[in-house]
Amino acid sequence: MLELRDVSKIVSGETHISNVSLRLEAGSLNVLLGPTLAGKTTLMRLMAGLDQPTSGTVHMDDADVTGVPVRKRSVAMVYQQFINYPAMSVYENIASPLRVAGVDKATLDRKVRQAADLLRLTPYLERLPLELSGGQQQRTALARAMVKDARLVLLDEPLANLDYKLREELRAELPRIFAESGAIFVYATTEPSEALLLGGKTATLSEGRVTQFGTTIEVFRNPADLLTAQTFSDPPLNTIEVRKDKNRFMLDGSDGLPVPVRLAGLADGVYTLGFQPHHLSFKGREADAVSVDARVTVTEITGSESFVHLDYAGNQWVMLEEGVHRLNVDETLRVFIDTRHLLVFDEAGRSVVADRAEAA
Amino acid sequence: MAAGKNSATAAADGITMQRTDAAAAAAGKTEAELGQTMLRRGTQSRFWWLVPTIYILFLMLPIYWLINMSFKTNTEILSTFSLWPQNPTLRNYGVIFTDPSWYSGYINSIIYVVMNTVISVSVALPAAYAFSRYRFLGDKHLFFWLLTNRMAPPAVFALPFFQLYSAFGLIDTHIAVALAHCLFNVPLAVWILEGFMSGVPKEIDETAYIDGYSFPRFFVKIFMPLIASGVGVAAFFCFMFSWVELLLARTLTTTAAKPIAATMTRTVSASGLDWGVLAAAGVLTIIPGALVIWFVRNYIAKGFALGRV
Repeated sequence: MLELRDVSKIVSGETHISNVSLRLEAGSLNVLLGPTLAGKTTLMRLMAGLDQPTSGTVHMDDADVTGVPVRKRSVAMVYQQFINYPAMSVYENIASPLRVAGVDKATLDRKVRQAADLLRLTPYLERLPLELSGGQQQRTALARAMVKDARLVLLDEPLANLDYKLREELRAELPRIFAESGAIFVYATTEPSEALLLGGKTATLSEGRVTQFGTTIEVFRNPADLLTAQTFSDPPLNTIEVRKDKNRFMLDGSDGLPVPVRLAGLADGVYTLGFQPHHLSFKGREADAVSVDARVTVTEITGSESFVHLDYAGNQWVMLEEGVHRLNVDETLRVFIDTRHLLVFDEAGRSVVADRAEAA
Repeated sequence: MAAGKNSATAAADGITMQRTDAAAAAAGKTEAELGQTMLRRGTQSRFWWLVPTIYILFLMLPIYWLINMSFKTNTEILSTFSLWPQNPTLRNYGVIFTDPSWYSGYINSIIYVVMNTVISVSVALPAAYAFSRYRFLGDKHLFFWLLTNRMAPPAVFALPFFQLYSAFGLIDTHIAVALAHCLFNVPLAVWILEGFMSGVPKEIDETAYIDGYSFPRFFVKIFMPLIASGVGVAAFFCFMFSWVELLLARTLTTTAAKPIAATMTRTVSASGLDWGVLAAAGVLTIIPGALVIWFVRNYIAKGFALGRV
């Protein structure tokens, strides 16, 4: 179990990590999700012990390891860039942590070959890392992290520099590879879809703060605040600021929208409504949707899906529709917002509707 | 002198203007066509080899003449003009390899050059690592200041070194010359090595620490192989400077550590100048540099750019 207690990191006056407290259980898969510069890498470096926190402490199984240098800890890490020892063969690269640990020859050979087999590197063991493709280089780095049997495995956007196919393939393999070891597994990514595919638990990061930590699907469905919802949405979350007045959401320059029955209990006041791009559609039943007239700004078509960028009363929205839809710019379109999945945040950005009624 | 320079500049201007005219005339053609034309001129002309050949001959002539002279007798050198030795002789080389006053010059030179190279590189390695990996107060200023040491001519330091080493009884020892040359070679080695080291991603260091390497083990086993070419280039530059530097070496030595270059300037004997032996000594002086350059030939350009390519 790894525990961060009120950890902060300030580098020359700039706060990189602010008061983070996390508890990662042994054998768990944890995703750090956040945009670039959110502090994912900094947080990982603090977990590993490569950097020391400005304040706060790091505990490993109840022992304070804050000042312990990284080489005395049981940590393995894989970087976004493919980092291997260029002067050593793939075999020696994978064997490196075992050689340092003084493992006997037979065990070393068995472990290296086992890892190489699992990551399909066996034919390349005698080559140098730079003679391999990007995917093979990263698999070498993963194999090295694997043979170490570390209690804490940190993967910092390990698949970001790989092409699409390889990424899919490795993403599916990764949790399986490390599952048996019982290690604490931490995976940083900028992509919400990757977090959802990996499952486990997710901590969303925004500007050096952990905005929410919980089961991945739970965080996705019930974000505690607007920042979390925005972090956990790709394409970006559609938002609109409204003032609730009895049974209508009022906004400037429009006569407002009807308040869905589900939200009738909300107190009057200013709220931010949020909804995912796939909850905005051409068609919808009046019973559980509200319709608005929005102006088309851009249409992006990706083979089987269309991303329609809309402007509604000054708010920029994205609509995700299946199929190819060719729309003219500046065309006015009637679109439906599925109110069953509407997220409502108060003025401070906290979620005020807990249940997004996924089942409904 | 000034007038000559002016006219040269004017001539150069004229050429530039002609070029501009030609370019204007060719404006009708596309750039690609122009490139094609130039390529044709480059390879299809019957005399494309002429200019490079003349240039190479011009460069090689003094070296050839030195080698030529080293195989001639003094009489032949002084009496006739011959393109190659009429009576080839190895006597000149024989003199150098048998007379201790000659060969000890080579031994002395090699001793202090090797000492200097070893000291310079081993001192520069940790310094360069610090400059490339850590940020500390005034690091950039200190780094630049190092290089300014090379901007003063060695002659400036001859007097202080002589006075200082006299006080410590270091005059006429190999270490005296080796240490004096460090003043110029350590900064250069630091700059070259820093360039090579900065080309190695910092994540490799961290991965090694994560794997459990201690710093010394990481430095020797992981890091050194990655900057081996840099070490080679740095050693080469130290070697070359120390090998050709004459003024400090001559000032700080008298007999016991006298370098070969100093021996060569003191060969006027009662019978006059021994041209042949001097030429043979010159040939033998070129050889070590040529040998060393062979080993670093692939990295030398990077070295001249102080590792920053």
